[in-house]
Amino acid sequence: MTDTPAVRVRGLRKTYGDTLAVDGVDLDVAAGEVVALLGPNGAGKTSTIEILEGHRDRDAGEVRVLGHDPARAGLDWRTGIGIVTQDGADLTELTVREAVRHFARYYPEPRDPDDAIELVGLTGKADARVRTLSGGQRRRLDVAIGVVGRPRLLFLDEPTTGFDPQARRQFWALIRRLAADEGCTILLSTHYLEEAEALADRVAVIVDGRIVAAGTPATLGGRATARTLVRWADGRQETDDPAALVASLTRRYGGVVPGLTISRPSLEDVYLDLIGDPS
Amino acid sequence: MTTTLGRPGTRPSAARLGLYRAAIELKTFFRERDAVVFTFALPAVILALLGAIFDGVYPGSDVTSAEYLAPSMIAAGIASTTFVNLGTGIATDRDDGTLRRLRGAPMPPSAYVIGKILMALVVTVGETLLLLGIAVVAFDVRLPTDPARWFTFGWVFLLGTTACALAGIAASSLAGSARSAGAVMHLPYLVLAFVSGVFFTPVGALPGPLITLGSLFPLKWMAQGFRSVFLPDSILPQEVVPSWEHGRIALVLAAWCIGGMLLCLTTFRWHGRRGR
Repeated sequence: MTDTPAVRVRGLRKTYGDTLAVDGVDLDVAAGEVVALLGPNGAGKTSTIEILEGHRDRDAGEVRVLGHDPARAGLDWRTGIGIVTQDGADLTELTVREAVRHFARYYPEPRDPDDAIELVGLTGKADARVRTLSGGQRRRLDVAIGVVGRPRLLFLDEPTTGFDPQARRQFWALIRRLAADEGCTILLSTHYLEEAEALADRVAVIVDGRIVAAGTPATLGGRATARTLVRWADGRQETDDPAALVASLTRRYGGVVPGLTISRPSLEDVYLDLIGDPS
Repeated sequence: MTTTLGRPGTRPSAARLGLYRAAIELKTFFRERDAVVFTFALPAVILALLGAIFDGVYPGSDVTSAEYLAPSMIAAGIASTTFVNLGTGIATDRDDGTLRRLRGAPMPPSAYVIGKILMALVVTVGETLLLLGIAVVAFDVRLPTDPARWFTFGWVFLLGTTACALAGIAASSLAGSARSAGAVMHLPYLVLAFVSGVFFTPVGALPGPLITLGSLFPLKWMAQGFRSVFLPDSILPQEVVPSWEHGRIALVLAAWCIGGMLLCLTTFRWHGRRGR
C-alpha cells in the first residue's frame, strides 16, 4: 500500500476561457515525501492543487491522488486527505476548540481535538474565538482542522503568505514536525523560494502552467553540477574542479591566496533564471 | 484501485452529522450580533412599534389594529428566520470558505442541508413564540381554544416555513458576495411585507396591482392563514375577499414548496462566482 504514490499527475491541463492556467503538468509525490510546488503568482499552483483536492475540474490529463481520480472520488477518499486553503475566513464565531472538535466528527478515527490543537501550538488559544486570532494563528488552526482526521496526504496552498518572519519560522517548524513525527505526506505550494528550500524534499518549479524544473533543493536546475566560480584578488575562473584550481593558486602564491572566494550558483540564482526574471 | 482509504464503513451517518451541523449553526447564529438583530429581533421590534403606533378598531368587529397586525407579523417573522436567514447564511458560507472547507471534509452534502433546515426551524419556532408572547402581553391577542384553529396554525406554519426556507436556499445563489447578501435578501423581504398587507393594514385596503403582486408570493397567504387562526370572522370584510380561503392558502404554499425545491435543485451552487 505504501508503494502507491500519494500523487501521480500526467499531462494535466486547465483553461479558464482563453487563459491557459495549467499546461501539461507532470508531478509525482511519493508516500512520506514533502514536495513544494514553487512558482510566481499566477503560475498555476493553486489551480493544480485545487484539481488534486477535487475542488476543481480539469480539461485534460491523468490524475491519481491516493490511487483515485479526485474528480470522481467519494467521501471515503476524503477521509485520507487534509486541505489547508490560503483564504479561509469562516468559523469566526466559534472557539478554536469548538471548531476543531466539530471537524473531528466527520472522520472515522480522528485525532483527539486537543492533541491536534497542541500539535499546532494553539493550546493557549483553545477557548479563544477564531475571529480574535492573528493571521498566523488562524492558518495554524486551519492546519489543526486539516490534520484532525489523520490524513495520509496534506495539501497546503501558500500557507505562509502574509506572515511576518517569526510566524513563518514557527509555521515551518510545525510542518517539519508533521512530516517527521507524523509521517504525513505533504504537497505545498509557495512563491517563497526559502520556504521551498526549508521544507521540501523535492521542489517542482512551475511557470506559466508548466513544470520547468524539478529536483531536490540541492540539485534543482543543475545546481549541483554547475560550474563553480573561483575568484581571487588578481583574477577569476569558472571550473569543474575548484579544489585543483585552489591548490594550484596556493602554490602560485606560496601560501594564502588573497581575496579567495569560491561560489556555486545560489538557489535564488537558479530560480530567477528558471522563471525568466530579467534581473 | 489498490489503495484502501481511511476506514470506510465507520464514517458517521449523514443524519448524525446533520445534527452536529445544526448545533454548530445555532451556536454561530446566536453569536453573530448582525444575524440576531436583523433576522431575529427586527420582526419583534417592528411588531412592538407598529402595534403601538396603529390604533383604532375595525368597523363591524372588535378587532384592534394591533391585534390585526400581530398574526401577520408572525408570518413576516417566519419569512425573516427562514427566507432571509437561509439566503444570507448560505451566501455567506459560500463567500467565506465554509462550503469549501466542508466539501474538503468527508461530509455528505445532505448533512449541511439538514443542519441548515434544523437551525432555521429552531430559530423560527423561537421567533414565533417571541412574537406570540409580545402579541398576547402587549396587544391583548387571545390565543384560540378551538383545536381546529390550532390545526390550521400547524399546517400554515409547516407549509409556510418550508416554502420560505426553500425560497431562501434558492435565492442564496443570487447574492454575489456575503456583503451583498443582506441587501439582496432584505429588499424582496421588505417589499413583500408591504404588498402582502403586513406592514400596511388591512390588506384589503391595498391598491389592486399591489394585491395582485403580493398574491404571487407565499407571505400574503401565510399571513392570511395566521389571521384566520387568531381573528374572529367579523374581520373578514377587511380581507381581499370575504373568506379565509384555506384551500387556496394550502394550494399556493404547497406550490411554492414544490417550485422552491425545483429551484434549489437547479440553482444551488457549492462554489462562488469564481468559476470552476
